This record gives sequence, C-alpha cells and structure tokens, in this order.
Amino acid sequence: MTTHSIDGFDPGPLRNLARWKRAEYAFWLLPVAAYFALGEQLSLLSQIAITALFALSLDLVLGYAGIVSLGHAAFFGIGAYAAGLMAANGWNDPLAGLLGAALIAAAAGFITSFLVLRGSDLTRLMVTLGVALMLFELANKLTRITGGVDGLQGIEMKPLLGMFSFDLYGKTAYIYSVVVLFVLFWIARRIVHSPFGLSLRGIRLNVQRMPALGAPVNARLVGAYTLGAAYAGIAGALLTQTTQFVSIDVLSFSRSAELLLILVLGGTGSLYGALIGTIVFMTAHHLLSGINPQYWQFWLGMLLVLVVLFARDGVMGGLRALGKRLPGAVK
Amino acid sequence: MTHALQTSRLVKRFGGFVATSDVTLNVAAGARHALIGPNGAGKTTLINLLTGFLEPTEGTVILKGDDVTRLSQHQRVKRGLARTFQINRLFADMTVLESVTLAVCERRGIGARWWNPVGSHVEAIDEAAALLQQLRLIDVAHHLTKSLAYGRQRLIEIALALAAKPSVLLLDEPAAGVPTSESRELFETIAQLPREVTILLIEHDMDLVFRFADRISVLVGGALVAEDTPDMIARDKRVKEVYLGEALHG
Repeated sequence: MTTHSIDGFDPGPLRNLARWKRAEYAFWLLPVAAYFALGEQLSLLSQIAITALFALSLDLVLGYAGIVSLGHAAFFGIGAYAAGLMAANGWNDPLAGLLGAALIAAAAGFITSFLVLRGSDLTRLMVTLGVALMLFELANKLTRITGGVDGLQGIEMKPLLGMFSFDLYGKTAYIYSVVVLFVLFWIARRIVHSPFGLSLRGIRLNVQRMPALGAPVNARLVGAYTLGAAYAGIAGALLTQTTQFVSIDVLSFSRSAELLLILVLGGTGSLYGALIGTIVFMTAHHLLSGINPQYWQFWLGMLLVLVVLFARDGVMGGLRALGKRLPGAVK
Repeated sequence: MTHALQTSRLVKRFGGFVATSDVTLNVAAGARHALIGPNGAGKTTLINLLTGFLEPTEGTVILKGDDVTRLSQHQRVKRGLARTFQINRLFADMTVLESVTLAVCERRGIGARWWNPVGSHVEAIDEAAALLQQLRLIDVAHHLTKSLAYGRQRLIEIALALAAKPSVLLLDEPAAGVPTSESRELFETIAQLPREVTILLIEHDMDLVFRFADRISVLVGGALVAEDTPDMIARDKRVKEVYLGEALHG
C-alpha cells in the first residue's frame, strides 16, 4: 500500500522538511551584506564565522546526539595545532590543511568517543573535560612542538587555490571562513535531515526506545561524535590559517565553556541556533567590552540568564515562538 | 509443533533477590500467548530478558530455533523480536509520522544513511503511512506525539513495534492506563494482526486475556506455576489460589 491510496493523506510536511525556506536564504545574505557594510571589521567577522563553525560542531554533538561536553575545545585545539604544524613543516596549502586537521580531529574524536559514551551525562561532562585538560597540559609541556605558552609561530599559508593571498585587511580570510562555514553548514543540514539525523533525534528524545527499533545506538553516537570532532578540527584549522598563529588557548577550558554558553544562548538542535548564538554572543562581547572593559562579563551573564528564563531553547526558541505568529518566518 | 520463542531455565538475580526463577517457556508459532501473574511476579523482567534489555544470570533464550541469549537488543529486533513498553517510550517531540518512519528506516536498514533527506525515502514514508492507516492513526500523522491522548499514544507504541515487521511481538500491558472503551478498540486492533505474528501478551484485565489468548502461562514469584489453555487455567486450583480468585469468580 502507498500513501497514494490513502484518501486525503498528504505526506508533504515530512517529504518537504529538508527544503530550504525563504528565511534561510535571507539569513545567508547577511555575511555578504556584512562584507560590504562592515569592511573595517572583517577580522571580527572572520572570528564570528570560525566560532560559528565551532558552535555548529557542538550542536551536532549536543543538540542532535545529546552528548554533553565540557571539553569540545580539545578537537578545536587538535585541528588548530594540526594545521599549524602542517603549515610550519611545508604543507601549507590551506585546503589540504583543513582536510588534514579534519582527519586528525576525527580520529581523536573516534578514539575518545568510546570513553565518552560509557557513562551518563555527568560522566560525559567529566570525561570530555578531563580529555581537554590533558591535551592542554600536553601542549603546554611539549614546547618544542607546540611552542607552549608562547604559541606556535612561523606559520605561512600559500594563497588559497593558488590565487588568493591572505591579505592584511582580512578579505581573503573572511571570504574563506564564510565559504567553509557555509559548505559545512550545508553538509550538516543534509545530515540532520537524513535518516541518520532522524535516528540521532530519536536517541536524544528516547535513548531506551531506539534499540527496541533495531538501532545500534552506540555506533550512531560514535558517528555523531566523530563528525562533531571533525567539524571542530576544521574550525580550529581555520583559526590557525587566518591568523597564522596558534595560541595554547585553543585548548583552554574557557573556550569549551564559552562554546556551551553560545549554544545555550542560540538554542540547541537547530543548527541556526549555533550561528545566531555566536553572532549574539560575539557582538555583545565586542560591544560590551568596549563600553565596560573591566566588567563586561556581568552584562553577558545577565543576557544569558534572561534568555534562559524567558526564551525557551534560546534565541531560536524565541524565533520559533514568533514564527508561529508570523507565517513564513523561521521554524 | 514449531516454537517461535523459547526459554530454557532462565534465571535473573538482582543481588540476593531472584526475579526470574528457572523459567522454561515455549511459545508456539502464531500463538496468542498471555503471561499473567500478580504484581511483582516478574512478568516485565521476563520480557526484558527475552528482548535483551536485561542479561540473564543463567539460562537461554531461543528465537525461531536460534540461541539469541548473547545478542544485544537491536540484534534481536533484526531477527524479528519486537516489543512494546508498559510505560510509553515514545518520541514526544516528533510527529507520529516521523516516529514511525524512523522505525521503518531502521527495519529497512537505512537508518545510518546520512546524505539524502528522509523525505526522499518515499517508500519508507509510504510504509509508515500505511501502518498508521492500519492502526487508525493516519488522521494525526502530522501531530506531535506529545499532543495526543494516552490511548492513541499506546497505539503508537504498537505501531513502532509493528514497523519492525516482527515475527514475535511482545506486548507489555498494552491497555495499561487506557479507558475501558478504548482498550476494547485497542485489542480489536491487536486481534486483527496476521497469524504470522506470534504474540506474547502481558495484561492484567482478565476479561481481555481470556477472550484474546489461546494459551496462558502463569508467573508467580518469578516462577512459572502453570501453562495451559484458557479453559484449563480457569479451572486450575493453584492458579485460583495464587492469583485469579475474585477476578474470575468474584
């Protein structure tokens, strides 16, 4: 029997779930508009794009697979150092660097996933935190390789595609970061709307039911965690390539915690929440630290509390509520 | 007689407490087999052992002649053993159609495909819709699961299990918490399932059990005390003493 024989039934809402909506096209015009309107701020805009990609990676892990992590910077740092060390040793093609960083971070994610997935949420928080702390101290200790607290220097990148050099104004860096973000977002969007993405949602909503449907839960979670690690590694590599420097801070706890904050602010499990959370957080950071350099975090904390209290599921939750009143808006 | 599901001397201990004691159960292929017993008799524990949700301390579980004792839950589902849960375990924030399509994708072995959208797997969606039609849920296909009345959520439990196209279906109190009028309707739906699907049912409503089952096993204190046809069970003195009593003759 097919739905064609079921009178009055329209499977459209599920069939068309993955179609791009008008609001999404409008959203992706923002970085283009920003390039022309905020030409003096391209460095900040590149940082936003890179952090957005990093937040996207955590959304895949937390928002879709439901794996809480306080140490996601581990993969960001691995990607950053991988790209930096490759470039410092003569492998300085940007795209090859991204691919190398993605593979190394994915391998690290795959290996550590078996530790992370053993326990419940609290265990996972501790294991992810522990792995990140160990890597931080390893980078701190191996100064001959990583540069320790002085950072990894001497990184020079070849022109992108052999044509576009990384300029002082940050134009190439910005366009490169935004294009990589868009391509990886597009891939992530396809993945979350696929049967694999649906099964991740199933695991997050009811992990005990999934094996009863015949789904190998751990294998799916390993896949999602590895994918998230690869994305974070690419974000780290982008930071290295666009700044031509690796600070040990790429592995710091504060980077992981800040990322979690960004995702909660934007809203988990929608991909766009990661992007919007990054824009809100980094813009607020930039403006507030300008207005009140010493105590800017107070206002950021207040913003977070207000969002969590009044907008369920972060900014995206608020937009969804608005979308129900305004047909055609982001849902 | 061929057996769809068997256990041999199945034991489950939690520390010093014996939840399942030496249970040897034979469920014939195509049977409507009920498992009854007072609260705390170990019925759900037995279901959990059969499905791999719990590991037995001793004994074996045989599915269609194969020993599946060491297989995980999802591997047993792939071999044709599906279940429902006593307390709903659904995907509250998914639509009904999404939930059942998810289950169909898993059965079809496409649950790990990560490139094409779910919407492009037209056959899986059509199959899910047909199942919803069969269970009279098609009118709420696009509703969120959490927005439905409890009785209809129980039907989704069954739809998710049936999406696995099981040869053996374990129903753990499918009518629990459902109003009497709706539970009759629910059992009518279950009764219409094809005979290729062997059913092992746990249920407290004796009226439903005796109308539905062609074989009944009685579990008390983790051990099987009787197994026979409904008529014989109704006459069995031991069963009357330990369990049925008022329910049958009150």
